[in-house]
Amino acid sequence: MPATPVNVPEPSRTDPALIRNFCIIAHIDHGKSTLADRMLQITGVVEARQMRAQYLDRMDIERERGITIKSQAVRLPWTAEDGRTHILNMIDTPGHVDFTYEVSRSLAACEGAILLVDAAQGIEAQTLANLYLALENDLQIIPVLNKIDLPAAQPEKYAEELAHIIGCEPSDVLRVSGKTGEGVAELLNECVRLVPAPIGVKDAPARAMIFDSVYDSYRGVVTYVRVVDGQLTKRERIQMMSTGATHELLEIGVISPEPKPADGLGVGEVGYIITGVKDVRQSRVGDTITSMHKGATEALGGYKDPRPMVFSGLYPLDGSDYPELRDALEKLQLNDAALVWEPETSVALGFGFRCGFLGLLHLEIIRERLEREFGLELISTAPSVVYRVVMEDGTEHTVTNPSEFPGGKIAEVHEPVVRSTILAPSEYVGAIMELCQSRRGSLLGMDYLSEDRVELRYTLPLAEIVFDFFDQLKSKTRGYASLDYEPTGEQMSDLVKVDILLQGEAVDAFSAIVHKDKAYNYGVEMTKKLRELIPRQQFEVPIQAAIGARVIARENIRAIRKDVLAKCYGGDISRKRKLLEKQKEGKKRMKMVGRVEVPQEAFIAALSTDSDGGGDKKK
Amino acid sequence: MPSALPDGLPAPLDGSLPASAVAEGLPADGRPGRPFGFYVHVPYCASRCGYCDFNTYTAAELGGGASQAGYADDAVAEIRLARRVLGDADRPVETVFFGGGTPTLLPAADLGRMLAAIRDEFGLAPGAEVTTEANPESVDPAYLAELREAGFTRLSFGMQSARTHVLQVLDRHHTPGRAQECVAEARAAGFEHINLDLIYGTPGETDADWQASLDAVLAAEPDHVSAYALIIEDGTRIATRIRRGELPAPDDDVLADRYLMADEALTAGGLGWYEVSNWAADGAARCRHNELYWTGADWWGAGPGAHSHVGGVRWWNVKHPKAYAERLRAAESPAHGRELLGDEDRRVERILLELRLKDGCPLSLLKEQGLAAAEHAVAEGLLDPAKFADRHAVLTLKGRLLADAVVRDLVD
Repeated sequence: MPATPVNVPEPSRTDPALIRNFCIIAHIDHGKSTLADRMLQITGVVEARQMRAQYLDRMDIERERGITIKSQAVRLPWTAEDGRTHILNMIDTPGHVDFTYEVSRSLAACEGAILLVDAAQGIEAQTLANLYLALENDLQIIPVLNKIDLPAAQPEKYAEELAHIIGCEPSDVLRVSGKTGEGVAELLNECVRLVPAPIGVKDAPARAMIFDSVYDSYRGVVTYVRVVDGQLTKRERIQMMSTGATHELLEIGVISPEPKPADGLGVGEVGYIITGVKDVRQSRVGDTITSMHKGATEALGGYKDPRPMVFSGLYPLDGSDYPELRDALEKLQLNDAALVWEPETSVALGFGFRCGFLGLLHLEIIRERLEREFGLELISTAPSVVYRVVMEDGTEHTVTNPSEFPGGKIAEVHEPVVRSTILAPSEYVGAIMELCQSRRGSLLGMDYLSEDRVELRYTLPLAEIVFDFFDQLKSKTRGYASLDYEPTGEQMSDLVKVDILLQGEAVDAFSAIVHKDKAYNYGVEMTKKLRELIPRQQFEVPIQAAIGARVIARENIRAIRKDVLAKCYGGDISRKRKLLEKQKEGKKRMKMVGRVEVPQEAFIAALSTDSDGGGDKKK
Repeated sequence: MPSALPDGLPAPLDGSLPASAVAEGLPADGRPGRPFGFYVHVPYCASRCGYCDFNTYTAAELGGGASQAGYADDAVAEIRLARRVLGDADRPVETVFFGGGTPTLLPAADLGRMLAAIRDEFGLAPGAEVTTEANPESVDPAYLAELREAGFTRLSFGMQSARTHVLQVLDRHHTPGRAQECVAEARAAGFEHINLDLIYGTPGETDADWQASLDAVLAAEPDHVSAYALIIEDGTRIATRIRRGELPAPDDDVLADRYLMADEALTAGGLGWYEVSNWAADGAARCRHNELYWTGADWWGAGPGAHSHVGGVRWWNVKHPKAYAERLRAAESPAHGRELLGDEDRRVERILLELRLKDGCPLSLLKEQGLAAAEHAVAEGLLDPAKFADRHAVLTLKGRLLADAVVRDLVD
C-alpha cells in the first residue's frame, strides 16, 4: 500500500488542476462496489479494520440486493506518479434503468467515467446505455475489465468487444480485480492521467449542480453537489434556481468517506450541503444552487422533473392499516422525489393509494421498503402505464388506473412507448424477435457487437414491458439477454378495457387495458385463474370477461353443496370451536364483491402472477 | 377422536377442578343435576386402518409397563381419581361408552372390570346405557354373551361397507356379511340397541356400491346407523396414496350425493336422522351417550388422549399409553392440558353442536346479527321455516350438508 499522501489539499482551497471527477459505469453484479471498497482502502481513507463489504451502500436493502440506489461522492486523496497529491472524487451512480435521470445527473458532475465490465460476462445492455449517456456528456472513458481473478474470465475476448464498442485498442483496456486489488493503483494513476481537470470560472457567481439528495432522519436532507463556477461558503444563504426558494447553508463539506465539514467548496469540487429542509422535493436532483446575494441568473442545463412512468395501486391487506400506509408513503417521499401517490378507493380492495414510479424496480423497492421498514402487508395491483384517451367530442382523459378508463365514444387512445436495447448472444436473435413481435414491438435496427453478440433495438409499448417482458426475455435466452429502455413518447393504439365481472359485478382491481387483439386471451386467462382461486359459494357464481357490454369469456364456479364435518364427538368439540374461530378470522379477511366472498389470497394470486416480474428484473 | 391434542392451559397434576365447575352439574334449588357420563378409551388395535389417525397402537407392549394386558388397571386407577376429583356428591352415571382403538381387542373381563370400577365409584343410574365399539372380526357369540353379562347394553360395530374392494382400500379385514352376522349374534346375546357404522366416499366406491352397503345395513336391522363421509386425515396411509396419485381424492359433490342417498334409504328403512351423521329407529334407539356430548352435559373421559368436560372445563389426557400409565402409577392426574370456557365460548359451542341435531338450537342463543343470518338461511332453504316460526333454528336436508357454513353465520 502506498504511503499516506502528504500535502493533501483542503476543500475550498483545492486547485482545480489537481481535481479529477469520475464515476464508475457498471452492470449490477460486475463488481463496482467491491472496486470502490478497494479504492477506499488503497487511498487510505478507510482503514483495513473499519472496512466492510460494500462500504458505500448504506441501506440494508441495497446491500442485500447488491444494487446501489442512491449515489454517493467520495473524496479520495491520491499521490500520482508525478508525486503530487490529487483529489479524486468518485461519484457512485445508480445502476438501474429506472434511475436513468439520476445517472445522467451524476454523469454531468464528472469529467471521466470508468467503464467497468465483468471479464467473464462482457458488457450488458444497461451498461451500454449508460456508456452512451457518458459519451453524450463528453466524458473521458476508461475501459476496465474487472474480476480478472476469476477462472472463467476471458479478458482477451471482452477487451476486443470493449475496444470495438468505444473505438480504442484492446491494449488500452485495463485489467483489475476488485477482489484482490490487482491493478487498482494503476487504474487510479490512469484516472489522474486521462480524466480532464474540471474547468470553471473562479470569480463568477456560484453555480453548483445537485446530483443527489438524501433524507437523513437526524440531519434533514443531505444534498450532494458539484460546484461548477464560483464558490459556496459555509453559513451563506443559498437559492434553488428552479423554485427560487432560499435556505441557510447550515453545513457544507465533503465525504471521505464519512462527512467532514469544511469552509466551503470551490470550482470543480464535489461535496454535500445541509440546509435543514426536511423533504428531498425541496432540493431536487438536477437543480442549480447559487448564492442568494449576487447569485447567478442562468441555471446549469439539464434539470427535469421526475416523471412517473408506471402506476400501481397499493392497498393494505388489513384495511385498518390505511393511516400507517399513508404515513409510510409520506416518510419515503422525503427521500424520493420521484415517488408520487394519491388516495384511491377500490370496490374490491378498499382504501389505498395510486402510486407512480419511475419503473418496475422502483415500484418493487418502494413496496419492499413499505413491507420491511414499516411492517405493512400490501396488495399491489398489476402495474399500469399512463394512457391518454381522446373522446369524440374532443375532451381528453389521462388514465393511470384501468378502472378510470372512460366509457362512451372514444376517438383515440395513446400509450407511452419506449426505445429498447437488447443485448444477447446471436443464437437467441430469433427468440427475441418473436417475443418482441408478440409484444407489438417494431424493429429499429440490429448490430453485431462482436462475432457472437448482437444488439437489437426495438420500439415497444411501455405497457408490454411492465407486464412480464423481462422474465420472458430471460427465460427465452437462458438468462443471457440484457435489456435497457428509455421513454420516447407515445403512439396511438387500438386499446380496449377488459372488465372482469363476478356475478355481474365488475371487480375494479382486475380491469385491464389491453390491445384489442389480446383482449380475448386476457379474458380467458383471467376468468380461468379466478375460477381456480375463488372458493365455491353457496350459490353459483358466473365469472365473465367483458369489453363494455360484450362478454368475451365466461367461467362458472358451481355452488358448494357440502360444508359439514362428518363427526363431532367429545374429543372434537374444542377443535371444532377453534376451527370455527379460525374460519371466522378468515371470513373477516374476505373481500365482498356483491354477495361473493373473495379471499384476499385470490386477489394477490390473480394480481401477482403477471406482475411478479417487477421484482428482480435487473439483477 | 383425532389424535392431535389441542393447545390449552397446563392441567394441575392432581387433576383438581374449580369448585364451581364441579358444583355446576349437581342438583340445586329444585333443578335436577346435569347428566353425567363416562367415556373409556382403549388405545389398542390389531392393525391400523388406512384412513385412521386416532390415538391407537398396534403393539401389545409399549415399554415402560404400558401394555394391553395392564391397561384395564391403569384405566381403573383413573376412574378412582375421577371420584376423588369430583368429590363425594352423588353423580350416578347415565351413560358409559367404550371407544378406541378396538375395545373388543381386550378380554371381555377387562372391559367388565373397568365398567365395574365405574359402577363401584359412582353407581350407574337406572336404565343406564353402556356401549362398546366392536370390530366385526374381533367378537364371537361367547364374547358378546360375556359383555352382556358384565352389564353392557349396546353395541356399535364398525361395518364401514358391504363391498370387498371398498373394505380393502380402507384396510378393513372383515369380510362383507360379517357385520350383519354380528347384529344377529348381538340380538341373540340379548343386546337391545345395536349400531352399524358406515363410511361413504371411499376412493373407488361407486353409487351402486354405496347403495349396496345401505341395503345390507337395512337388511341386518340395527336400530341405529352412523354414516360418515370419509375424511382424509394428514399422515394416514390413504392420504399418502392420494398424494401419490394412487387413489383419487374424494369429491365433495359426490359426498353430497351419497349423503342424500343415505338419508333417503335410511329414512325409507325406518331410521330417522337425529344428528347430521346419525339415524335411529326411535327416541329410545338414539345414542344417549353421544347426546350428552351434543347437549353440553358433563362427562369424564378416561384413557390416553381422552377428553373430558365438567362444568365449563374441558381437559384432555396425555396421548401416549406409556406416559398415561406412568402418570397414574405416580398417583398423578393424566391430564395434559385444559381450557376454561367463557360464556361466549359456551354459547358458540351450544350453537355449533345443537344445530347439528334434529331439534336444532333455540333462537334465544343467537345475537342480532346471527338472527338476521338465520332469517337469511331460512330464505336460502337451509333452515326449516316452520321450526323457525317456533323460535328454533333447525337444518333442512340441504342445510345439513352446509351445516358448518350456517354455523359460521349464526354465531355472529
